[in-house]
Amino acid sequence: MAELTGVIGIGQTKYAAKRDELSMPGLLREAAERALEDAELTWKDIDAVVIGKAPDMFEGVMMPELFLVDAIGGAYKPMLRVHTAGSVGGSTAIVAASLVQSGVHDRVLTVAFEKQSESNATWALSIALPFSVATVAGAGGYFAPLVRGYIRRSGAPEDTGIRVAVKDREHALKNPLAHLHLEDISFEKVANSPMLWDPIRYLETCPSSDGACAMIFANEKLADRSDKPVAWVHATEMKSEPTMFSGRDQVMPRAILDNAKSLYKKAGIQNPREEIDCAEIYVPFSWFEPMWMEGMLFAPTNEGWKMTYEGATKLGGDLPVNCSGGVLSSNPIGASGMIRFAEAALQVRGMAGEHQVEGAKKALGHAYGGGSQYFSTCIVCSEKP
Amino acid sequence: MSDEATEDLRVLRMPVELDYTYSAGRSASRFLRAIQEGKLLGQRCPVDGKVYFPTRGACPQHGMPIDGEPVELPDTGTLVTYSIVRVPSANIPLELPYVAVQVLLDGADTVMMHVLGECDLETVHMGMRVRAKWKPKEEWSTSVANILYFVPLDEPDAAYDSYKEHI
Amino acid sequence: MRDVAVVGFSQSVSLRRERNRNEVEILIPVLQELREATGYTNEDLEFVCSGSSDYLAGQAFAFVAGLDAVGAWPPVCESHVEMDGAWALYEAWVKIQMGYADVALVYGFGKPSMGDLPITMALQLDPYTVMPLWPDAISVAALQARLCLDGGVMTDRQMAEAAVRDRAHAKSNPHAQVAGDFDVEGILSEPYLVSPLRKHDCSPISDGASAVLLASSNRAGDFSKRPAWIRGIEHICEPQDLGVRDLTRSRSTEIAAEKAGVGAGRIDVAELSAPFSHQEILVERGLGLGADTTVNPSGGALAGNPLMAVGLARIGEAAARITNGEAERAVAHATSGPCLQQNLVCVLEG
Repeated sequence: MAELTGVIGIGQTKYAAKRDELSMPGLLREAAERALEDAELTWKDIDAVVIGKAPDMFEGVMMPELFLVDAIGGAYKPMLRVHTAGSVGGSTAIVAASLVQSGVHDRVLTVAFEKQSESNATWALSIALPFSVATVAGAGGYFAPLVRGYIRRSGAPEDTGIRVAVKDREHALKNPLAHLHLEDISFEKVANSPMLWDPIRYLETCPSSDGACAMIFANEKLADRSDKPVAWVHATEMKSEPTMFSGRDQVMPRAILDNAKSLYKKAGIQNPREEIDCAEIYVPFSWFEPMWMEGMLFAPTNEGWKMTYEGATKLGGDLPVNCSGGVLSSNPIGASGMIRFAEAALQVRGMAGEHQVEGAKKALGHAYGGGSQYFSTCIVCSEKP
Repeated sequence: MSDEATEDLRVLRMPVELDYTYSAGRSASRFLRAIQEGKLLGQRCPVDGKVYFPTRGACPQHGMPIDGEPVELPDTGTLVTYSIVRVPSANIPLELPYVAVQVLLDGADTVMMHVLGECDLETVHMGMRVRAKWKPKEEWSTSVANILYFVPLDEPDAAYDSYKEHI
Repeated sequence: MRDVAVVGFSQSVSLRRERNRNEVEILIPVLQELREATGYTNEDLEFVCSGSSDYLAGQAFAFVAGLDAVGAWPPVCESHVEMDGAWALYEAWVKIQMGYADVALVYGFGKPSMGDLPITMALQLDPYTVMPLWPDAISVAALQARLCLDGGVMTDRQMAEAAVRDRAHAKSNPHAQVAGDFDVEGILSEPYLVSPLRKHDCSPISDGASAVLLASSNRAGDFSKRPAWIRGIEHICEPQDLGVRDLTRSRSTEIAAEKAGVGAGRIDVAELSAPFSHQEILVERGLGLGADTTVNPSGGALAGNPLMAVGLARIGEAAARITNGEAERAVAHATSGPCLQQNLVCVLEG
């Protein structure tokens, strides 16, 4: 029933700690213009815009899409603003894709962004509410105990996280847009970096970045006209569960497992490890790679770390993960999820440059947010379903 | 024109200050009034009987209001998981490093987040038995901060199987 | 396109200040009422979408707690817009159109009484050039009203008449916050709040929540004897800058109304969520409503304005008039942003 939909344009800004040479509208426009250029379209070709970002307090503007809409050509068009915590970049792309899949629009531009340098994200995440005791030090403080829970139950070697960090930082050296380019990255360097939230070390964490990512979705008829390769959307899925309830498995939430099963079913995938050529997974702390390898059913329970250990997730491995350098190398929070989707699409379009996975045909994009409770995913492919 | 006038203005400092008045809500109010008296209140989910601590308006798993009688819990429990925090955070006044913990109070079916004190960092581990260290009684207010931190108990560890479903 | 209907609606009473309940506690009885009225269970829900604002709550990720009221277990397919719930309904409608779902739950909630609302709303304005002046929401609307009055677009008597009409209608709405018999002369003799706006020209500040159940034609009959079918739903956003658009008309309402097919037949009932009386007149004109339309039988936003829930409540109110047989064809409206920047129009039929 749904219209076949493809990604025909992608634009990303350079990611950096501070893009203070640009205003917020300028940042979005940089990504949106690059997406239009990629799609060989102009502003008037766009039917609707969908904007995504994480909490408004990250920039200190309430519903900033309202003042940003005309900077990305959205004036007098339908505009939606999505916010689903850390998964928002992925959810935003899914909403944009749905507008085309439903037949409501033919061609939709979506932009996700964060300009963290304009406010203070750690402050925004840790606003002390009355009656409560602040014991959670930002996202790292929240997730570190869960990582410890994973290590305990899986028996993963303590250096698994270090290996993921080295790998993603090496990948980032092949991506000119990545925020962090650590030329002298090594196992020792990560291992010797300060322990911030034990067991998470400094170089195992994501940076705080400014940046925006844009994608253009078009229906089959319009996408077929594209001179460049198209990334066809085979399936998308979103699943959420409450932050806390009795007996909730916070390490391996059912929402990611349900999401993976439903996504693969829709995409006709029987064996994800064999059929998927590469993946962009939301890994803000290195240990989440092995965890989400299990969550997305690439590895049996408690064995996700083996994929890292065997080098399967490196460029050249059988399932390269985060060839762009991932969230560990660039993290404009609200955009981070969309970057995963966009990078997956770039891979199957064969347009990923130096971090291209040779012959990639089918790729997974994944984002998560909140207390490991919001998941959004997509499968894109170089061929139509 | 001077160089200064033609240079881009890069940073504009614009502090925003907004005041909010929070309502704890009916359910949390009951909990906070009790903790002012040194009591820890949980409440049972009407569907599966699990004890939620602290009391809350609804069982998030079933979307049902929790309005039954509260359950009083002891101030002892098991350290389910933890992190040693060595990075400063503006909202946390504690000296670094400190141990952030998730504690499963005895009789509760949900964990609470708090910190561990009076403990050698090297000896912290999952399954430790702990007890709340309270502020002096005269300083008690309607706040979880009446508990300063948890301290280790001289008891054998809880078995992993007894708390693993709470991680 | 697939036929999609509003098959259930519930809302809280709009209150100036919910002293005892937090947002989740406001939402829980609203969802319970919807469950009881329609008989839906969580197994029926193939999509859930909500609308709320972090700045109203004064904390990041304020919407996450809303999931507690849904009882999102097993995990649900779910999304959230940082917009009025009316746009959450739009997203759910899109999901049903693409065949992703047949039944969707939509809700919106807001508790603006926690902060100083007119000041908080200043944070919606351009942060580099406008917001540093801290123009409060009432003053910004007053600038627009002044343009309308001095431009001869409307008179302050017409504004007062709109306020009187809405508050009189609200007398029969148990969820309304401001209701009663007022007279135009009395209102016109009152002092200005922010010239040229008087107190009666402004919507109240309201805490509240609303929820709607949507279903495709495959399932609508399971939940409602007389579903209110969505025959058109469109929304348009204008640029925000007050200097680049004509503030004496609502161009985005006009475009959305035309695309949604408002003019294709007689409109029995219109539910508008314009927060100021002059804006209500602009929206009425933008929709092209005639004298045969009953405007705001519930009292509209001037009788109760729970931000993030109010637009969704207008769709629910319009649908309820169809479901109870009072109307055959209705239009609902939602707005967002300063001076009617963004507008959504939804046409419903029996």
